[in-house]
Amino acid sequence: MTIHEEQSARDAYRDALVELMAADPTIYCIDTDTGLFSGVDFGAAARRYVNLGIAEQNAVGVAAGLAASGKQPFVNTMAAFAGTRALEQVKIDVAYNRLPVRIVATHGGLSAGHLGPTHHALEDIATMRVLPNMTVVVPGDARQTRDAIRQASGVRGPVYVRLGRKPAPALPPSARAPFRLGAAEHLRAGGDAVAFACGAYPIAAALAAHDALGAEGIGLAVVNVHTVKPLDRDAIVAAARGRPVVTIEDHWAHGGLGGAIAELLSEIAPARVHRIGLPDAFAADAGDHPFLLERYGITADAVTRAVRSMLGGAR
Amino acid sequence: MTATFDSVAANAHRIREHVVRMCAGPEGGHLGGAMSIADVLAVLYFHVLRVDPEKPLAEDRDVLLLSKGHGAPALYAALAIRGFFPESELGSFGHPGARLMAHPVRAVPGVEMPSGSLGHGLSLAIGFAIAARDAGPLRRSFCILGDGELQEGSVWEAVMAAGSMGLDNLVAIVDRNGLQITGRTENTIRLEPLAARFASFGWSVCEVDGHDVEALARALDTPRAGDTRRPTVVIAKTIKGRGIAFVEGKTRSHFARLGARQLDQAMGALAKARGEIEAQRRAYGEGTEP
Repeated sequence: MTIHEEQSARDAYRDALVELMAADPTIYCIDTDTGLFSGVDFGAAARRYVNLGIAEQNAVGVAAGLAASGKQPFVNTMAAFAGTRALEQVKIDVAYNRLPVRIVATHGGLSAGHLGPTHHALEDIATMRVLPNMTVVVPGDARQTRDAIRQASGVRGPVYVRLGRKPAPALPPSARAPFRLGAAEHLRAGGDAVAFACGAYPIAAALAAHDALGAEGIGLAVVNVHTVKPLDRDAIVAAARGRPVVTIEDHWAHGGLGGAIAELLSEIAPARVHRIGLPDAFAADAGDHPFLLERYGITADAVTRAVRSMLGGAR
Repeated sequence: MTATFDSVAANAHRIREHVVRMCAGPEGGHLGGAMSIADVLAVLYFHVLRVDPEKPLAEDRDVLLLSKGHGAPALYAALAIRGFFPESELGSFGHPGARLMAHPVRAVPGVEMPSGSLGHGLSLAIGFAIAARDAGPLRRSFCILGDGELQEGSVWEAVMAAGSMGLDNLVAIVDRNGLQITGRTENTIRLEPLAARFASFGWSVCEVDGHDVEALARALDTPRAGDTRRPTVVIAKTIKGRGIAFVEGKTRSHFARLGARQLDQAMGALAKARGEIEAQRRAYGEGTEP
């Protein structure tokens, strides 16, 4: 059964950042009028909170200038604006210079819900992971978000952290291994097929599919690939072992985690890969995040159907 | 003109000679926009900027960003003359495998940030200015923008932010040569009233002859950090292709790949212009300390 968290990943991130800023005088919080920090008392670090207003391109450029001066800025915006609107600044000013800018984007995937396609970010994993020097992280829940933020400050180059909007399913209590940036996390074992997932809801769907298939005698391994770049190649190749692969993510079906896994496996360990994500279309309905995921087939049912289909008549 | 400015003007001439030679290289270069900023760069690197070629990343340095990255030949020349790398390397500009590309590359000593896609530099300069402000010492952050570049919307995000933040250690210099690829800026997308536009965003504005090294020095020396609560913009009125009479103010000077004969003609024109300036100074009895 899926248990929702009490705290959203973005609130967990905010608290973690405020703690980091108190401890490390090089850390700056560059805001773009997100409202996430309203009412926060930064104390002695107040000078290092800079709200640049609704201007994401400038915010990323300013952060790059700060980083080139030895600072470590965290840029706050929505995923839709980081992954496309400010992308040229991310590419040239941040990635090209390999600067320690941390871009923390909320409202990833369909999590903006009824705010609609202008606020959905279904391309950001693709646009970020194609950039050299970039680290791309999709934490699985609020706890992993806190860990990812702390570990991001140890990364030499830029880091993109993709979060949701509201409280989302927590990882199961059994998944309490320490979070390690860059290391894929095995959540469930299973001998017949493997699901690679990132993000809270897709992971919850893969876990539910594991249970449903298990009742039919089909073993589905589930792996949380929270770090989409650099990909944990060895772990993914080992987990796939030529078995049917399903990927599931809150992103367009192409270019994101599924694309990354398919690229990797096609070169090293060819396997049949079924990618689950939003089809090649914009969302056309209002609705909250769970409704839209259901509506566009990012579900446990889609995983079970794909696995059964790939295993074919033998089952 | 005092001896100081004599040498600044001499270095501007030397920058121009290098630019012309680079534009005669295998790939050519952005001649017009490099020639128009030669005097600005000479004043910055030989009078204003606190930089040390021995310690290009010193924490207490002033920072200069060339947001109009296509002016790279002039920047490379200024950096080489200032001692950041040997002037002999300038001959490799555009050659296969060389690090001197048509737009500035951070691998070149003294180049703070790469540029080329327009509309990035001023935001970066704000980042440097905030870091400098919070570090304490009176470090300044300078940024050279093209006038056509001001058509990029991201520039105005930065102009608005800097004015709002009162970053008085930030100095923007607009190379107001009036031309862009298809013709006059004012016949493309109008920039005027440019001074009033910057002023309305909370900037101190100074308009100056961009080829008068003494006037440029006064304009760039004046803004001192921590005293005005306003960023400064120096609108440098310049001539595209300045120094080569037959391309001055011509739209086609934007990019050139000079052949051997054109190189000779250009160097000749440059020497002539330099000679005229010196003769003028002698006629007016300048060249001595006041």
